[in-house]
Amino acid sequence: MDTRYIPYLLILPATLFLAVFFVYPFFLVAAQAFYADGQLSLANFRDVTSYWKFPISLKNTLYLTAAVVPVQLALSLLMATMVTRMQKGRDLVLYIWTIPLGISDLAAGIVWLAIFEQSGFLNSMMVGLGVMDRPAALLSYQSPMMVFIAIALAEIWRATAIMLVIIVAGIGLIPKEYYEAGDVFGASRWQQFLRITLPMLRPSLQTALILRVILAFEVFAVVAALGGTLFPVLMGETYAYQFDLLNNSAAAAIALIILGLSLAFTLVILYALRVPKGARV
Amino acid sequence: MSQTQLASPQSTFHEGRLLFKASVFLLCLWVLGPLYLLLINSLSSPEAVSGFPKSFLPEMDFGSLEFFLNFYGMVDALVNSLLVATMTMLLSIAIGAPAGYALSRFDFVGKQVFRVMILLTRAFPLPLLALPLAVLFIRVGLDDSVIGLSMIHTTLALPFAVLITFSLFSGIPRELEEAAWTLGCSRLQAFRHVVLPLIIPGITASAIFAFVISWNEVFAAAVLTIENRTLTAFLLQNLDTAPLHLKFAGGFILVVPALIFIYAVRKYLFAMWGIANR
Repeated sequence: MDTRYIPYLLILPATLFLAVFFVYPFFLVAAQAFYADGQLSLANFRDVTSYWKFPISLKNTLYLTAAVVPVQLALSLLMATMVTRMQKGRDLVLYIWTIPLGISDLAAGIVWLAIFEQSGFLNSMMVGLGVMDRPAALLSYQSPMMVFIAIALAEIWRATAIMLVIIVAGIGLIPKEYYEAGDVFGASRWQQFLRITLPMLRPSLQTALILRVILAFEVFAVVAALGGTLFPVLMGETYAYQFDLLNNSAAAAIALIILGLSLAFTLVILYALRVPKGARV
Repeated sequence: MSQTQLASPQSTFHEGRLLFKASVFLLCLWVLGPLYLLLINSLSSPEAVSGFPKSFLPEMDFGSLEFFLNFYGMVDALVNSLLVATMTMLLSIAIGAPAGYALSRFDFVGKQVFRVMILLTRAFPLPLLALPLAVLFIRVGLDDSVIGLSMIHTTLALPFAVLITFSLFSGIPRELEEAAWTLGCSRLQAFRHVVLPLIIPGITASAIFAFVISWNEVFAAAVLTIENRTLTAFLLQNLDTAPLHLKFAGGFILVVPALIFIYAVRKYLFAMWGIANR
């Protein structure tokens, strides 16, 4: 057989699969969202955005992303630099820190429920220490801030590992000579981090941030486990439209809004962390 | 004076070391602590789980886990989860690995387009695809089926499978294969006898990764299954009504395989992500 055809034959299954299950559904979802009463219209979007829960769930999703992602970025950068400076026990520490990578958002929500529910460990500790007389209902409509904190903590706990792995891999790709040069010119650790590590890490930071921000817009099961209906988010509304209200078109419209947000943020991150031509290694 | 000057950097070095170790320890505690608390709850009797105050040591009572396994529909959900995850694992490797090999070994027109398409899939909230496919699957009779759901999960796992196998194949020198060709092997024989034995551990690791992706997925599973719930979908559906000990036992069963699998693939995690960046 002609060797020129081999690569195409090899990528054919993956291409077909993605065409059927990735490209085609996007056209379907878009068609569903823009189609109402047998014609092209924005009626579905109007319906969805005028519903009283929409502004709340949009706000909640964005606030949660804004609260969680910067903390995760800082934490994963800190952990990654610690790992690179470690000699003994590096593998064990890395394994422990990457454990949450394998934990589903639903399980993470349940883990933090064990801490925050009324008969949970936080209340047990507070009462045991004498800070409170009796257990308080932490996850209730009377304490929206506490619900937010619990969800944010669960998200930070669960999803920092994915950024950590990408950043550790990225740091491994930075040539050691840059740091040696930094040492020669008397740059401190902090200066080396700011002037060498961060700029050289831009491609990894791009990947990590895009992945993380998109996952943050998709937040769903953690919220369902911890907040239930107390803390509506976009993805939860999509699920409610599809299942409780049986309104496929509205679900598709919200899905497209989430998609649009993800795409917009992806472009912003790509632009903000772009590597100028000629500065690539 | 010279003595104090010598001593002070030494002691700050020592303090720095101590601070460093303490922070590493604290961060480990931050990850493991909540897991330990879940473990306590799942190894305590149902009464203790809803009781107050909580003990910070497990009772070693299997009442909650037994209740979980006897809960109507739970075993079916567990089996469904395993089936879907296994199918996803097989599909994503069968479809992804050839593409990864093509990317690492051949230069061809359209290679960049293909790579960008693979990378692009990660810039989209993929579980949302389940919405239009739910309608489509009803039409072709794949609704509420293990096969239908594992197709969606394969879409989630495929980009990773392609990129990971791409990086793994790139790590095997092309010269090894070429040497086999000059010794009279066909392309297929060279692949089977030279590349395959070297790549098997890495392929296993990326297969496990695909398994975990499917095992953990909640949204698409909840949208696409009604009678044949997976474990995550089943737990999600019962969140409002289930007693606490059922939730915690369920969470525990979800977490345990993930822990084992991440341990099994820990060596490959960074190789997987290193190349996926650029």
